[in-house]
Amino acid sequence: MRQLYHFNGGVHPPQHKDQSTIDPIRIPPLPEKLIIPLHQHIGSSAKALVQPGERVLKGQMIGQPEGHVSSAIHAPTSGKILSVGMEPVPHPSGLDALCVILEPDGLEEWIERVPLDPEMDPGTMRTKLKDAGVVGLGGAVFPSFIKLNPGSKNKVRTLILNGAECEPYITCDDLLMRERAFEIAEGAKLMQRLLGAEEVVLGIEDNKPLAIEAMKSAGGMEVVAVPTVYPGGGAKQLIKVLTGVEVPAGERSTDLGVQCFNVATAASVYRAIRLGEPVLSRIVTITGNVAQPGNYEALIGTPVDHLIRQAGALPGSSGAIMGGPMMGIDLPSTHVPVVKAMNCVIVKSEALFPKALDPMPCIRCARCAESCPAELQPQELYWFAKAKNFGKAQEYALFDCIECGCCSYVCPSHIPLVQYYRYAKSEIWAQEREKKASDLARLRHEFRVERMERDKREKAERLAQKSAQAKEL
Amino acid sequence: MNSPYITRSPSVTEIMVKVLAALIPAIAADVWFFGPAVLVTLALASVTALVLEAFMLRLRGRPVKPFLMDGSALLTAWLLGLSIPPMAPWWLIVTGTAFAIVIAKHLYGGLGSNPFNPAMVGYAVLIISFPVQMTQWLAPASIAQSHLDFSSILDYMFFHALPANTGLDALTSATPLDTLKTQLHLDKSMDAIMSLPIYGTIGGKWMAAAYLAGGLYLLQQKIVSWHVPVSFIGTIAILSGALHLVDPAHYASPLFQLASGATMIGAFFILTDPVTGPTTPKGKLLFASGAGFLTYVIRLHGGYPDGVAFAVLLMNICVPLIDAYTQPPVFGKKK
Repeated sequence: MRQLYHFNGGVHPPQHKDQSTIDPIRIPPLPEKLIIPLHQHIGSSAKALVQPGERVLKGQMIGQPEGHVSSAIHAPTSGKILSVGMEPVPHPSGLDALCVILEPDGLEEWIERVPLDPEMDPGTMRTKLKDAGVVGLGGAVFPSFIKLNPGSKNKVRTLILNGAECEPYITCDDLLMRERAFEIAEGAKLMQRLLGAEEVVLGIEDNKPLAIEAMKSAGGMEVVAVPTVYPGGGAKQLIKVLTGVEVPAGERSTDLGVQCFNVATAASVYRAIRLGEPVLSRIVTITGNVAQPGNYEALIGTPVDHLIRQAGALPGSSGAIMGGPMMGIDLPSTHVPVVKAMNCVIVKSEALFPKALDPMPCIRCARCAESCPAELQPQELYWFAKAKNFGKAQEYALFDCIECGCCSYVCPSHIPLVQYYRYAKSEIWAQEREKKASDLARLRHEFRVERMERDKREKAERLAQKSAQAKEL
Repeated sequence: MNSPYITRSPSVTEIMVKVLAALIPAIAADVWFFGPAVLVTLALASVTALVLEAFMLRLRGRPVKPFLMDGSALLTAWLLGLSIPPMAPWWLIVTGTAFAIVIAKHLYGGLGSNPFNPAMVGYAVLIISFPVQMTQWLAPASIAQSHLDFSSILDYMFFHALPANTGLDALTSATPLDTLKTQLHLDKSMDAIMSLPIYGTIGGKWMAAAYLAGGLYLLQQKIVSWHVPVSFIGTIAILSGALHLVDPAHYASPLFQLASGATMIGAFFILTDPVTGPTTPKGKLLFASGAGFLTYVIRLHGGYPDGVAFAVLLMNICVPLIDAYTQPPVFGKKK
């Protein structure tokens, strides 16, 4: 029996998971068009490789990684490129982004899929993963090939697979583990080899007995049922629970001998290497105010409203959330596409998500501090953010905040604490950008002044020389 | 709307209502030992507090209803009402409550912003300004030389009229802590003091037990954490226990200190006020043990029989400092 550790605080929101786990993973019909953003990962956007009017095959690369931290984008099905342009996308910024619009031809005509040798050179395998568009599917969408490079200094002892899925409503990983345990286990083997890890540990919250059972019979790893407590599926929290190691903010877990991946990422590693299939789809939970909540294997770029129609939109809907109710974001509209970061869409209604109560003053009860998994003092951060005392907020470790929302969840004064922290963080970033810009401007100015003085000096010297020469003559 | 989209927490009102409910055993015991005058005091304090709260909210341009409903003004009124001698004149109750609500609470920014415990500010103002009225406690029924019926009590509270041939002295007595201090000054031995009739009554112990019961309910409901009561009671018990062991003739037993005066109401209801106390666990321990130390020192050497109110106010001053120096390490940054 593995010794489990405990992290501070956490909350137990109502689960709302049962309604979307009744059916197996559903395959939706092909939508009329796919809207495929070229930037679906952390790092720089992929560069478009296609022109409007061009025909592409299923699995063909349509966006090429640019720079080191980047990832490839592929055509999820065969069809015709209609356009490449700015479209609304599901992103916290709310800004439009460059997308490729693809009209499926319904033929599902693949590129040539080449299964790779699982024993191939690790460096080459990482490049293949980059070109296959494999990124973290837990929501962070960090390019996996980078995390799968242990470097020369560090020894990764433990590879952790994250199947905790702690947010209410979301069940995509649960269903994936139940139905495709083999893919996850095979992917984990490849990842273990790339990292040189001694052990693979899969953490699943104990509210998913079927997933635990399925993963146990898949073998190849130690499957551990972890207590159901939000945010137990946060990478840092799961690492703490399974190994006792606390990864400080700003440090990489590999430096402490641990690396953590979502289970769906492991499955896509398997598909990329063993089947030669890049990331073309992902499982998305469609739930909330719909008639038949469930999980869909959706092609990347599928408009969200296409999936909501499949699940049966109900009257009284008021927008949708991408992600869970604790950390999710409002979708700008339901016309936005499914992206690699989208694990769940919750259709909102007044009944499911009543309007927030008016905030009262903070009474310093410190329930927020008791619930904080990062062990911060949210009440202090709130005061500092409110007073725009950003220096002090940083001193009190504002940037260690993971924005899990536990503090807001427990606040008896209904203060939207996380929004204050987001605000403070964005203000600090803006100030830093401004300072960088002004430093650069000052440097340029100083250089210009110096150059002008040097020109003047040189001119004077030349003059002096000339007049001296004239005198000598 | 932004995440988190859901919350599930007791509101400020629910918390305050639970604290009010936790005071009911103590109020019941108070009525049992001192008669219905206690209820008149509480009612008068409550009405004063609510009227002034509404008035101040309006003056400050704040929404009246949600803040009036939060229950904090009512709680201040009850805590102060329970600290004022039963049968105190009406103006004493009104003055103390007005100070607590208007000056100690709203002039400092209202709910959540007041650095000093409002009830204790009200109490301190009263005991400094009207020490005579504030130390005239009704004698417990068992040792009082004469009794008043309810209408006579109201006459006294509101019109300062006592029935003919009844003196105030016959109705009131000094509290156990007060008596102890006076008698020790007279060089009486502890044994002689403890055989005085006031110590034969059991009112104080039952009052302490009633506050303790309410306090345990608050602990069970997770309205208060264990840090403050344990540290406060522990500090008083250790200090008084040590001195009692060394010189039992001059220092009362720890049990006496714990069962007397405002020890229990202080431990569970006053020092646990989140607004005026520290937020960190370590800070709570420091804060409450400082208050315990000051309480005991004032009881031994101060000019007043009890020291809880002054100890609380003195420790309230230290809260920002305590919070600043007791910040726990964050996740991943522990040494």
